[in-house]
Amino acid sequence: MSSSLTLRASLVSILIFLGFILAWHLATRGSGAVQQMDPEYAKLMGLTATQGKSAMPGPLDVGAKLWEHLRRPFYDNGPNDKGLGIQLGFSIARVGLGYLLAVIVAIPIGFLIGMSPLFSRALDPFIQVLKPISPLAWMPLALYTIKDSGLSAIFVIFICSLWPMLINTAFGVASVRKEWINVARTLEVGTLRRAFTVILPAAAPTIVTGMRISIGIAWLVIVAAEMLVGGTGIGYFVWNEWNNLSITNVIIAILVIGLVGMVLDQLLARVSRLVTFPE
Amino acid sequence: MSEKLVSLEGIAKRYPAPGGATTTIFENLWLTMNRGEFTCLIGHSGCGKTTVLNILAGLDAPSEGAVIVDNQEITGPSLDRAVIFQSHALLPWRTVMGNVAYAVSSKWRKWPSAQVREHAQKFIDLVGLTGSEHKRPSELSGGMKQRVGIARALSIEPKMMLMDEPFSALDALTRGTLQDEVRRICLTTGQTTFMISHDVDEGIYLADRIVLMTNGPGAVVAEIVENPLPKDRARIDLHRHPLYYPLRNHIIDFLVTRSRTFVGVTPDYDPRKVVVIRPRGEPVAVAAPIANAS
Repeated sequence: MSSSLTLRASLVSILIFLGFILAWHLATRGSGAVQQMDPEYAKLMGLTATQGKSAMPGPLDVGAKLWEHLRRPFYDNGPNDKGLGIQLGFSIARVGLGYLLAVIVAIPIGFLIGMSPLFSRALDPFIQVLKPISPLAWMPLALYTIKDSGLSAIFVIFICSLWPMLINTAFGVASVRKEWINVARTLEVGTLRRAFTVILPAAAPTIVTGMRISIGIAWLVIVAAEMLVGGTGIGYFVWNEWNNLSITNVIIAILVIGLVGMVLDQLLARVSRLVTFPE
Repeated sequence: MSEKLVSLEGIAKRYPAPGGATTTIFENLWLTMNRGEFTCLIGHSGCGKTTVLNILAGLDAPSEGAVIVDNQEITGPSLDRAVIFQSHALLPWRTVMGNVAYAVSSKWRKWPSAQVREHAQKFIDLVGLTGSEHKRPSELSGGMKQRVGIARALSIEPKMMLMDEPFSALDALTRGTLQDEVRRICLTTGQTTFMISHDVDEGIYLADRIVLMTNGPGAVVAEIVENPLPKDRARIDLHRHPLYYPLRNHIIDFLVTRSRTFVGVTPDYDPRKVVVIRPRGEPVAVAAPIANAS
């Protein structure tokens, strides 16, 4: 029954996809309103004006272009023409670095907040004020102080990944069941060993949920950050192709951003399954 | 056998109440327990019996008074006093072996893991869980979980075992078998045990002494009932013993009426000299009260 449900769901998914591609194809077949013009002048005009081709690329154009990118993902023809693989690599590296820094900072501080009511109260106003700030608002300050656009992008990723992890860690640590803590207390388990053997495993599912939210936000923010700092990365690629008026490449970039975001989320989902315990 | 192990000396627990007042759950509570003895504290909900147990465990501090264990005042939780929690409190991410081994390695920190496992295995076998070492708590029934809790408590070889209504979350059949196990283990190991309960039959079957507490707030230890039934009592013919009903009736009378009225009708109550009663089959009230030397 469940396998047949999976089968039927996949079938519907494929039908929806094909329907979308068909509608897209039909909508971008071309209008046919062709103006008569001097051949010399026609050379200056695009295919849209001379042959009535749609201004929006169709699925076949995108497919062909995507195949080109997939065949040569890592070419490098200078600053404005790099393969999709290279651009993605830059973005993933920035997200990875900023995110890792955030993990290193957020989890210990989250533990501190979760375990100490004093720090929980003392740090709360700062977190409440800093959390709602759009990560991109930090960008000018980062550029001004760090004086390096690449590092500034990493900083922006760091600051946006920090809050969900910090808050979830603090919440997970603070809501560890009292009875588990009492078990550790009656066994005279010291604070450090208690943190690692009772609190960490008990809070791990909540912490990983925070990490999963963070990686999602980091991947959202990197595109915007790279549009601002420029140079490399998938966000820069999107903006560069917009300036080149290559809507085909913009569509491909959108697709690839979605796919990579999904993979990152699934990685964390797998980690989450590892640390979840049934009660 | 009659060597004093634990004494509660005038402990009280008060909580701040709304309006600046304080609510006294109990105060001036005196109680001693001997080595190798099974003491059961019975009272209605809200009389503070869990609080008494938590204070004994060191998980809670009394507002006044002190607890002396083995001639030393306790200052916090200790490996000397193992707790069996009402909700078993197993660590769900650890296996049966992992849960017991965690306790063992907490007590003997320098032991190599093979020795820890060997020691833990002994107690897993003792509670009859051989073969389930690698199961996680979620794969166990309620009774099996509580067995792990008992194995974990016993494995650290504590001076005393504290049980917080250990069988109340179990169904009647499981409760019965587990009570048999606990009785067997306590008799063979001579473990000093303090249990709180609101089940009269459980107290009669397991305990050497049943401590009756009046209703809270302002609860007091009304009397201590010595169990007149033979040491080798079995659950199956417990109710046929001539002293069973006098004992049971005495406790039930207390819980039904006297737990409410005791404080009012006993003006000369001395919390340091709680009456000890040993039901004898004849009208219980005639039984000569013996002063408990504290």
